[in-house]
Amino acid sequence: MKALCWQGVNELSVEQVPDPAILNAQDAIVKVTASTTCGSDLHLLGGYIPAMRAGDVIGHEFIGEIVDVGPEVSRHRPGDRVVVCSIIGCGRCWSCRHDQWSLCENSNPSPGITDLMWGGTTAGIFGYSHAMGGFRGSHAEYIRVPFVDYNAFTVPEGVSDLDVLFASDAAPTGWMGAELGGVKPGDVVAVWGCGGVGQMAARAAMLLGADRVIAIDRYPERLAMTARHVGCEVIDYTSTDVTAELRERTGGRGPDVCVEAVGMEADSTGIQRVYDGIKQQLRLEQDRPIAVREAIRACRTGGSVFVLGVFAGFVDKFPLGALMNKGLTLRGAQQHGQRFIPKLLDRIAKGDLKPSYLATHVMTLDEGPKGYEMFKHKKDGCVRAVFRPWA
Amino acid sequence: MKRLVAGAAALAAGLGVARWAASRGRMPGAVKDPLESSRWLGITINRPPDEVAPGGRLPEPLSRMDAEVRMNRAPGDRGTEVYARPRAQRAGADAVLARLRGEDPRTEIRTALRETKSLLETGDVLRSDEEIGTTRPTMPGKVLDMALGRAAEGGRL
Ligand SMILES: NC(=O)c1ccc[n+]([C@@H]2O[C@H](COP(=O)([O-])OP(=O)(O)OC[C@H]3O[C@@H](n4cnc5c(N)ncnc54)[C@H](O)[C@@H]3O)[C@@H](O)[C@H]2O)c1
Ligand SMILES: [Zn+2]
Ligand SMILES: [Zn+2]
Repeated sequence: MKALCWQGVNELSVEQVPDPAILNAQDAIVKVTASTTCGSDLHLLGGYIPAMRAGDVIGHEFIGEIVDVGPEVSRHRPGDRVVVCSIIGCGRCWSCRHDQWSLCENSNPSPGITDLMWGGTTAGIFGYSHAMGGFRGSHAEYIRVPFVDYNAFTVPEGVSDLDVLFASDAAPTGWMGAELGGVKPGDVVAVWGCGGVGQMAARAAMLLGADRVIAIDRYPERLAMTARHVGCEVIDYTSTDVTAELRERTGGRGPDVCVEAVGMEADSTGIQRVYDGIKQQLRLEQDRPIAVREAIRACRTGGSVFVLGVFAGFVDKFPLGALMNKGLTLRGAQQHGQRFIPKLLDRIAKGDLKPSYLATHVMTLDEGPKGYEMFKHKKDGCVRAVFRPWA
Repeated sequence: MKRLVAGAAALAAGLGVARWAASRGRMPGAVKDPLESSRWLGITINRPPDEVAPGGRLPEPLSRMDAEVRMNRAPGDRGTEVYARPRAQRAGADAVLARLRGEDPRTEIRTALRETKSLLETGDVLRSDEEIGTTRPTMPGKVLDMALGRAAEGGRL
């Protein structure tokens, strides 16, 4: 079959690879009908999450049709139209049972690296390096879905492919940031990053009753899109001091909840970008935590900061003093998608949430390398490139 | 020339994994564990003790290990804590050589504990897609193999 493969740092190509197969009795094979780029792929592409090998199939946010199931699958059958969570859960370990699916204790067949690096095992993720289990990604004609009864969700009738696609990753990630960040009616919420994830977090904050939501980015088209589709306020961080602006908009307090949806390749206009860029290149620091620092600084005393952006290792100049003295709560996680996807599907079916507008570029799988080129450099207003392997 | 540069970049990326995995060691104060070779390896299984060892019989594949095993109910709603360690302890050069040969008994027990847990909780042990590989052999791939191979031995469990 055809698949989009990582070949080296900033190098992708479409290749013929062997078809996936059912390897465990609870697996299914899904024929991928749409699969989209995510900011996390950029960290893999750039070599910041280094456990990648030439020929690895990438992609993790997808929908499709079940075409084959193992003998122990009970909730799905061939023909089901499903959205699949990007994170693989077993559904029965203590973490899955407590709705912390990205901490699944049985879904990463090679837990050694994450265990060694972080002092704990985390879940397997599709198309996300050998540290996260070496599972093939979804930018392909077919994909194997382990523990499919827990990881695939039947799409409600009448919901379009492009609306449901983002229920795989961007929408539940954003929802998690707002909900576990503790957003409640009356809150002021700031979101760093207006990519797919940040926009979904901002929308979730509004749906959870936030009084005001303010989203931050530098790309005018992303800011305009966020203002229009999410309906929140925006700040262009290149034209102002974000912390001062947030203070001024919040009676001097700062936001109650800050959601960081930027990640380890954060940018800035100031000296920080140069400082962190050099340290990252020299591998003295693995991640650039520019937006995390700013969120901690801007957050109101006693407020909460949720890190949705992906980080891999160590960061420098972490404002621990501010965190401690201001009495902040800091949390982060890979998304616990299975916990939020059923609710999100309801909201999408009802029309409260219409994420399809994020799909700025719909392409064939052959156009994969071009899609990533546009997505990486945010060319032509690209927010999400969606590949249709069978189009 | 372009190839060479790309090759060098790829190799650097491969080495990056080893460095990434090793960077944990850079944390100040990380002393080598004096009890490393004799500690109990513990895992918590989300099942009550009578399901983990019905009638006192050890579950597979743990039962096949040449290991001392003990277990107790875990605190709260967490199930059962299962501990194991090799009966024969190796130390020094002997331990290093065994590890290089891929015969470190602690590694085998670690794997057996993980598989036992997964079988009891899910009825299966998840296999990786790596079995039907799409990757091609490269230098950084070899370095990565070494890093991944070594990493499986370490970690918390
Ligand atoms: N936690 C999870 O489970 C999960 C799931 C999906 C994605 N992610 C992560 O979320 C992050 C965002 O993903 P995405 O798909 O939206 O990516 P994206 O690349 O489309 O968007 C990131 C946005 O952040 C903006 N940005 C950069 N520096 C900034 C700064 N200093 N202040 C404010 N904005 C800044 C960029 O301009 C860009 O618009 C990534 O790190 C990704 O890996 C996490
Ligand atoms: Zn993602
Ligand atoms: Zn689990």
